[in-house]
Amino acid sequence: MIEFQKVCKTYRVAKRQAGFRNAVKSLFSREYETVQALDNVSFRIADGEIIGYIGPNGAGKSTTVKVMCGILTPDSGNCLVNGKIPWKERASHVKDIGVVFGQRSQLWWDVPVIDSFELLRDMYKMEERRYRRNLEELARLLELSELLKTPARNLSLGQRMRCEIAASLLHEPKVLFLDEPTIGLDAVSKIAVRQFVKKIKEEKHTTVVLTTHDMMDIEALADRVLLIGHGRILLDGTLEELKRHTSTEKIITIKYTGSMPAVSGGMELREAKENQLTVALDPAILPVSVAIASLASQTELLDVSVTDISAEEVVAALYKEYQI
Amino acid sequence: MKSYLSLFRIRMINGLQYRAVALGAILTRFCWAFMEILAFLALHRSGGGSFAMTFSQTASYIWIQQAFILMYNVIDGDPEIEASINDGSVAYELVRPMSLYGNWFTQCLANRFAPTAINCLPVLVIALCMPEPYRLRVPGAADAALFLVSTALALAVSGAIAVLMHITMFYTTSQRGVKIIGRAVVGFFAGSLIPLPYFPEGLRRVVQFLPFAATQSTPLLIYSGSLAGRDAVCAMGLQVFWLAVLAGMGCWVMGKTLKRVVVQGG
Repeated sequence: MIEFQKVCKTYRVAKRQAGFRNAVKSLFSREYETVQALDNVSFRIADGEIIGYIGPNGAGKSTTVKVMCGILTPDSGNCLVNGKIPWKERASHVKDIGVVFGQRSQLWWDVPVIDSFELLRDMYKMEERRYRRNLEELARLLELSELLKTPARNLSLGQRMRCEIAASLLHEPKVLFLDEPTIGLDAVSKIAVRQFVKKIKEEKHTTVVLTTHDMMDIEALADRVLLIGHGRILLDGTLEELKRHTSTEKIITIKYTGSMPAVSGGMELREAKENQLTVALDPAILPVSVAIASLASQTELLDVSVTDISAEEVVAALYKEYQI
Repeated sequence: MKSYLSLFRIRMINGLQYRAVALGAILTRFCWAFMEILAFLALHRSGGGSFAMTFSQTASYIWIQQAFILMYNVIDGDPEIEASINDGSVAYELVRPMSLYGNWFTQCLANRFAPTAINCLPVLVIALCMPEPYRLRVPGAADAALFLVSTALALAVSGAIAVLMHITMFYTTSQRGVKIIGRAVVGFFAGSLIPLPYFPEGLRRVVQFLPFAATQSTPLLIYSGSLAGRDAVCAMGLQVFWLAVLAGMGCWVMGKTLKRVVVQGG
């Protein structure tokens, strides 16, 4: 279990105006500005949950993750991960966690991946049997067997990311932190990573904290979403709840042959193309079934799809609402 | 302990695979040694034998120095550690169940040991085939043993100084300044430009007690025969002392530093 209680963290950032004169001036005296990265952040994550942690760049996501990993010491407040204070009991704490920083690499660049894995085995003091078992399982699930003998520098980004994820799970951590694990990956690799994370959660009951800008990740994986902005937790709930918070409207898109149907009361025309029509409606006012029936009565329908607001739009609307 | 051995091993593997680098290093070492020996030859011819080291001792000093130069290197041996602080991947080192000091110190040792293991032999073979008085002398078994132990200590002291220097990077972001100062100070006081016995007497008396003398100067003087018997053992005692002080200081400073370190970005 992860518990955050009123955690605060500020950074001091050196500031200076552009130009040569100011560069010289800054050699002698510097001006600093404090940035409140975390402002009384509190939340609780239960075992086996997948948390989607979202917020715009600079909102405090990575800072939170670094505090949970024991890399950063907060200014005030408390944090417990599996009953331990990460920055105070760093060495014993990190045995129980796995971390993937999507923008950095933990594999040794010039040596085959398997050498990096064996180093991790020794660093985490794993028994050979347990290591073999986990390695085989991860290699099977992530299709690594061909990659293990290749130096990390020769891997494609998608291949490398699969190896990175395997590396952070070799020691069977109770909590897995994924910091933008799908950044830069192609569609196939993204889906593979998502499926794998799901499987790990189901089979090992691993708690996953996922920070990402890709809302498809959140949609596919997250049981619960935390929204952070300006260092504060703004919303905490399921994706469904966030959607309802933002908008309840449904979008109906039809394809038809024949004459274009009239858009009746309660429906709002969004887009009309040749033989295709998109309308929006509020189901509390006009039930979806009634709307479809009305459209079908006027023309011959070829195809109907009903969607609600996309996760992407939810987040954009939320960022706008909270001005973050 | 096994994790440190394993780290040492992977660093070795990493360092052993660059053939062109090794070849280039061997050639450079050989040319450099030859130049230095000629310079000291000129000095000895004009100075008339009134030096604290004989010419043939100096020649041996230079040969061994060049053969083991990467082992005694303090400043420039660890580009990966510097890069990891610059680009933030040190974050990964911090989520491992091992002390960052031990981690870096081990890597520093391996970074210095691995290239030396391939580079030193060709230079040593050539040096042994040179005509007198340019030839590398072959020490007695006792001296050789002292030399090996002292070299191991020098390696450890160099690593301890290097780690301290890397820690400063948490504060300065760019290590260029620290390196320029370090290269000048360490190079001069460790006797890598001029062996310490050539220093003026007053200066030498002070310099020989500094931690820098505990790096390459001590093993090189033992090998060349200008530091022997009780003096050699005392100098090695000093190496142990500095190793303990520097490593203790490093652990302490690292602990302090990690409390306030900020890994920025992504």
